[in-house]
Amino acid sequence: MQSLRRIWGMLYRHLAMYRRSWPRLAEIAYWPTLNMLIWGFTSTYIATAHGAPRAVAAGGLIGGVLLWEIMLRGQLGVTIGFLEEIWSRNLGHLFVSPLRPGELLGALVIVSAVRTLLGLLPATIIAYLLYSYDIFAPGPVMLLFFLNLLIMGWWVALGIVSLLFRYGAGAEALAWTIAFGVTPLACVYYPITALPVWLQPFAQALPAAHIFEGLRGALLGHGMDWRQFTLATGLNAFWAALSIAIFAGEFRRARIRGALLAIGE
Amino acid sequence: MQAISVQNLIKRYAHTLAVDDISFTLERGQVLGLLGGNGAGKTTTIAMLLGLLVPTSGSITVLGHDMARDRFPALARMNFSSPYIALPARLTVYENLAVYGHLYNVPDLKRRIAALAEQFNLGTLLQRPAGELSAGQKTRVALAKSLINQPELLLLDEPTASLDPDTGDYVRGVLEEYRRTQGAAILLASHNMAEVERLCDNVLMLKAGRIVDRGPPAELIARYGREDMEQVFLDIARNGEL
Repeated sequence: MQSLRRIWGMLYRHLAMYRRSWPRLAEIAYWPTLNMLIWGFTSTYIATAHGAPRAVAAGGLIGGVLLWEIMLRGQLGVTIGFLEEIWSRNLGHLFVSPLRPGELLGALVIVSAVRTLLGLLPATIIAYLLYSYDIFAPGPVMLLFFLNLLIMGWWVALGIVSLLFRYGAGAEALAWTIAFGVTPLACVYYPITALPVWLQPFAQALPAAHIFEGLRGALLGHGMDWRQFTLATGLNAFWAALSIAIFAGEFRRARIRGALLAIGE
Repeated sequence: MQAISVQNLIKRYAHTLAVDDISFTLERGQVLGLLGGNGAGKTTTIAMLLGLLVPTSGSITVLGHDMARDRFPALARMNFSSPYIALPARLTVYENLAVYGHLYNVPDLKRRIAALAEQFNLGTLLQRPAGELSAGQKTRVALAKSLINQPELLLLDEPTASLDPDTGDYVRGVLEEYRRTQGAAILLASHNMAEVERLCDNVLMLKAGRIVDRGPPAELIARYGREDMEQVFLDIARNGEL
């Protein structure tokens, strides 16, 4: 119960902050909405003016944009939540309180899930109203894709937070760029086979590539590809475990090096 | 009963020996001053006491808990205030206190915040964002936060650094009262020697990570043949002791 109360304390901290900061609230939905508009019009243009490949007609591009935003927003939700503590020079207070690192991460993960949900809501509505695209059309199976992508966002974020422990706030830029750098390997808009052969194993190692392979199949009416889903889930479990181990190691090393005292510098 | 027991504590970085084999204890209900020039090892020592920093060797026991193995139960019963770390600027004073009330599992939180608001004269500030407060007001809020869980051990780093003399005197009074009524132990790092004389039962004088002298302020003043701790500090510093 005490652990839940500490997690609630951190959730309350973020809720209170967002309540008073409209730029932060706007940022949550800004990029997903903008991306949806750009890719939605692009998709419509390709489908109408140049004939529609089946995947485009089935909304592969729009679905890809929406789903990839889940990973990006999930990652940013955790890393921005952590950076908020650095920016406000509050980490010192948190780490000398009874708040466990796991509880801090638990709160950030919940904040991230809420941010992702709110951030994608306008884009989902736009996709439905402007482009007649219903992300939920394939059925409840989509929730499994959502969850896998969210989990991927969280372990990527955990890796970035570990880098912040190691390199301090100087590594802040990574929070904004690392996940975008993964995009070519995530195979959001094309199959894994579209990549050069030497690059394919790197894509195969990421859950995202399997999720989007499965998604394309589902959107084309081939039903749920459980093999891709199982691969994605297994890879997520592996990378999440590795990220937790790296986080724990970097946190311990930060306590040895005194980095927690100067993480904002 | 000891609030703090430190034995042969050493902290070595790659090229620096920040704390060099220090040992001391702090009894419950006592106030211990940690004095020394910049770079003497005060902040490093406090960071190790708080579990922010892992010692290279030596042991730290706080409120009966070994900080190397079991720091969270101790952290729940202690607290810390420093003007060098802040509270989230967007949150109101009330929200900041509520956040830490939840983290420290404070029962009847509203009443506790109301009591602290009265104690530190924060009533009119409770609904103001922390970022809009003056330096002195922020210090008062930080002190209120440090008492939110009615800690048995309080670690204070320059607690009155940005307060005007009147408010500083008031805060010192609050700390004296808190120690008297709660039987709390206080570890105080300060450059305000009048404050040290008034609050501390004992002081440790640090230099280059070592304890170079220790004792009650009155005893040190007598031993150095000076009138106050300010002169003792300067005397030692100018003779190369600090």
